[in-house]
Formats: sequence, structure tokens, C-alpha cells
Amino acid sequence: MTQRPIYMGPPDDGGHFGSFGGRFVPEALMPACLELDDAFRDAWRDPAFVSEYRETLHEFGGRPTPITYLGRLSQHLGIEIYAKREDLAHTGSHKINNVVGQALLTKRMGKRRVIAETGAGQHGVATATAAARLGLDCTVYMGEVDTVRQALNVFRMELLGATVVPVTSGSRTLKDAVNEALREWVTCVDDTHYCIGSVMGPHPFPWMVREFQSIIGTEAAQQLRERGVGTPDFVVACVGGGSNAAGVFAGFANSDAALVGVEAAGGSAVGLGSPGVLHGMRSLLLQDDSGQIEEASSISAGLDYPGIGPEHAHLAELGRARYVRAGDDVVIAALQLLSELEGIIPALESAHAVAWLCAVAGTEVPLGSTVLLNLSGRGDKDVAQVRSILRGES
Amino acid sequence: MTSLDRRLRELRGSRRALVPYFVGGLTKDWSQYVHGAILAGADAVEVGVPFSDPMMDGPVIQEGALRALRAGATLESICHEVASSAFDAPIVIMTYYNVLHHFGLARAAELLATSGISGVIVPDLALEESDAWRDVATPLDVATVLMVAPSTPLARVRRIGAASQGFVYAAARMAVTGRASDVGDAERVVSAIRSTTDLATYVGIGITTPEQARDAAQFSDGVIVGSAIVQQILNGADTTAIEAQIASFRRALD
Repeated sequence: MTQRPIYMGPPDDGGHFGSFGGRFVPEALMPACLELDDAFRDAWRDPAFVSEYRETLHEFGGRPTPITYLGRLSQHLGIEIYAKREDLAHTGSHKINNVVGQALLTKRMGKRRVIAETGAGQHGVATATAAARLGLDCTVYMGEVDTVRQALNVFRMELLGATVVPVTSGSRTLKDAVNEALREWVTCVDDTHYCIGSVMGPHPFPWMVREFQSIIGTEAAQQLRERGVGTPDFVVACVGGGSNAAGVFAGFANSDAALVGVEAAGGSAVGLGSPGVLHGMRSLLLQDDSGQIEEASSISAGLDYPGIGPEHAHLAELGRARYVRAGDDVVIAALQLLSELEGIIPALESAHAVAWLCAVAGTEVPLGSTVLLNLSGRGDKDVAQVRSILRGES
Repeated sequence: MTSLDRRLRELRGSRRALVPYFVGGLTKDWSQYVHGAILAGADAVEVGVPFSDPMMDGPVIQEGALRALRAGATLESICHEVASSAFDAPIVIMTYYNVLHHFGLARAAELLATSGISGVIVPDLALEESDAWRDVATPLDVATVLMVAPSTPLARVRRIGAASQGFVYAAARMAVTGRASDVGDAERVVSAIRSTTDLATYVGIGITTPEQARDAAQFSDGVIVGSAIVQQILNGADTTAIEAQIASFRRALD
């Protein structure tokens, strides 16, 4: 009898998923990473912590989020699509699941402050929100370019009591915000937790963030069972660093569902990258011939990252999940389609998953297939950008 | 024991070590700065191989790395320059792990060894992840220098002290590279290292002035001076000016 492998279990003690992951940080940060690893293992085993995490996400975060059958889109594409509505969670995306977990853990470790990086501002806003709720100080590092592009989100974070620091080094975007947050963390690690926004960074972050996000997949699996849908044929999610995808995949990794991550064509670490070490992890990265990290470029700031979480690199290598690409042009059309047919304006990030389905319904996704689509966030933050694109202004 | 271990142990009998840092490829004539530094009393020289995302470096060295990358500096071009310069002091490469990883660990170790490079400092290569690199570098006599930080608990200091080669890099403060007004926690860090190993122990991170170098030399085997020098080069200082700066550090240590 052959045993099926168990997918998406914990990493090894050093935080490796196969040959990916690990801890590549300056010695000054190693004790903090080791401490965090212990603290998370301890908390995640503690029923009181888990219950406080779940209760906070229920009372404050709006969980469980519903599953919505997308009837008109399903008819349009000839497949059966169920959407997991992370767009309805507090702050407008799945990001709240992770930040509530990390903010509670920060308090449990006796630290009084969180720092975070942000690209478009979604994770920054979510972190500022959780920090306000739990009475923690909060500083968010944001590339100077992004502070201009997303000025309203800067203001949101400030309303929530956070300090936003524009990052002027390097390309002045998300990857530089991560560098700067890591540099800052070295100086204040005694009383400050670095609340990383995706399934990336040094161990235990990729694993811990996946665990905090796995509530998406656990809920969705139960909701689909209760509706009599059972296991879908496909589970589809957009991937930048990959936290919403990791969260939803976790609920189906050991089922028969095919797992599909949709990367932005201009930030496709699995499709175009190669193994490398950045931001504390070994993963797949966009890099040049000399191992210098390249800029990602996408219409969606949330997918504008030259790497991917190490567990995704591992799932790709194993062939358990497949990673595909959607370009900027089809993403806008998908956003319009979902808005018009279903009354849901998705985030540009989430629209990548919709765009892939539109492209392959009837081919790679056979007619009549059942699909769970993770709608990771809502599009309110993107409407000004989409308007200017549709008007031909940018 | 690597050749660098032996050389730096011998040096300990005669004087405190001065290890300046230069960004490889920052200017066309960057190797002239290194020659000048050695003439002015440097005992070993750290040569930075630039990386696009230097997470352990402050603004000065970040700027230096960015300029060097724009000028086309690579691991190979810097190693070739070192090989053809025949410097009269050990050269230690400082870079980030992806540069070695992308080049291929075995191939990178071979390149360093054949270029006459004595060791490497890779700040994002934690002890726990360093076996794959040390397994290919050590047999070629390329030392892997490890760092101890003020946050490192004594049990870890012991493991790092046992694994480090060449010398142990004592980080004076919880900060990235850059200028500072004092020697921070250096004395405590050095004393922890010395309780676990007899390797030479050099203080870096924030050593800005000859006075600070003198302070650090009271309780350590030497100092590493980076941003204070790179800043001068970014400001346009010529080799004569850099030699004078190195000489002032030399006088403070002797």
C-alpha cells in the first residue's frame, strides 16, 4: 500500500519546506527569530490563545466570511464558481487574519510595538487597525513611490494612529520597505515585533502567517461541505507573496482539488524566477545574471514583489500546486466582468484569479468543473486607478 | 585552521588590527584606495561586493553599493581586480548570500580561492544555514568570518566562536552599518566572545573616529572601519586623502 504524502504540514526545525525557506538574517535578528518561533509554537498549542484569535476575528474581523455562488459568471463561463468572500472581512481583505494573530502574539511576548512593511497599503492599514484595537504602537515602512501612489492609505494609517515612514532607498517600493523594516527591527528588537504581511521572510514567518491565514481554507472547506458541494475540482487564488493562496490552499492541500496560484505576469517568481536568497528566505526570485534582485512590475501593487513565499516554491516543485500568470490587460477586463455580472468589485490582485478562469474555462478548467475562487480583497482601493486606466489616462 | 586564522593570530602579538572596508567597483580606480590603505597601515582589507538589497547596511554603504552596481561591478569583476592587484595584505570579501548562491557555492569558493581572497563575511548567512557554504570554502582555505551581536545569548556565542574562522566580528551595537558616536556595547560583546574562543576579535558597526577605534582597541584585537571611509570616497576624496584618514586610525591604535 502506498501512502499519500501529507502536504502543507509544518516545516522542519530550521523552517525549511524542502529546499526552500530557512532563516537568512543577520545574527542580531537570529535570537528574535528563535524567540518568535518558540512563542508561536507555544501560543498555537494554547487553547486560550487560539480561542482569543478566533473570537477577535469573529467579533472584530467579521468572520466567518461567506461563500457566494457566482451564478451569472458561472453561466457565462460554463463552470460552477463559488467565491470565498475575504473582500468582506474588516479592512477589506484577508490581511486582517494575519495581523490579528501577530498582534495578539506581540502582546503575549510582552512587546509594546509593531512595525510593518506595506506596498499598496493594505497590510499597513490592517496592521495599524490591529495595533489600534490592541493598544500597540505602530510604525509602517512604505516606499516613497507608493506613499504618493496610495496617499489615501497613508492617511488611513495615520487616522488609525500609526506613523508612516516613507522609504527612500533602492527602488523606493515594497521590497525596499521590507529591507528598511528589517534594518529598523535590528535596532528595536527588544520591545518591537516585525509584523510581516505575507508568507515570506525568515522562519517562522512563512509558516506562522500560513497558519493564521489557514482559517480561510478551513472555513471554505466546511462551508462547501455544508452546501453539499464537497471538494471543488479547482481552488484558485492570486499570488504575490502568497498569503491568501497559502491560507485557502491549506484547507484543500490533502484533498483531490487542483490548486492554482495566479501570479502577475510582471511579478511571476515561479514562472520567471530562479532559486535565491532574499528577505531572510530561500525561494524563487526575479534576479539578473549576477544575482541582483529585479523589480517586479504589475498593475496591482499587492502583487508587485520579486519573490514568492518559500512554501509556494516547494508546492510548485512538488507539483502539488500549479502557478500560472495573468497580464495587466486581462485583469482590468476581469474586474469589469465580475463587477457587472455579480455586483462585486474585486481588488486588482483578486481580479488576476478571475482573469485566469476567464481565459481557461472550457479548456484547462473543463466545462462543468466546480471552482473555489478566493476573492482576497475588495476593489475600493483601486477604483481611482481603474478609472484612470479605463479613461486612457495612464 | 585557515591561513587567515594563523596570520591574524600572529598579528595579535605585535599590534591591534586595522581593517578598513571599501566597496569593490565603487570607482574605476578602487583598488588604488586599497593599495593606499595597506601602505598607510591596514592589516587586512574588507572588500564589499555589492548586492541590490543590502539589509545589514545603512545609507552610506547602500549608496556605495548602488553606485558600484550601476558601474557594472560583479563578483567576478571584483575578484579579477583583487587577483591582478596582488595586495600586500589579506583580503576579506563582504557580500550577501544571494551573490554567492546565484554564482554557485562551489564555483564561488573556487573563484575566491584562485583570486587569492582569504575569507568572507556574509551578514545574512546565519550559523544554522552556513554548512553548505563552509563545506566548500574551508577546504579551499577561504575563511568564513561569523558575527556576534549584542543580542546573541552566551550559548550561541559559544557555537559561533567555535565555528568562525579568521576572526570573530563583534557587532558593537544593535544597528546596521553606519556612523555612531560611541563604541556601544562592544566591550560586553568582545568579553563574551573571548570567554569562548581564542580567535582574534574585531569590533565593527559604528566605528567612526580614531578616538572610538582607540577605545575599542583597549578591549579587542582590532577594529573594522567602513562607513566613515566610504562616506569620504562618496564625497570625492582621492587616494591621498583616504591614506591620511587610514593613517590617523593607525596612529590611534598604536
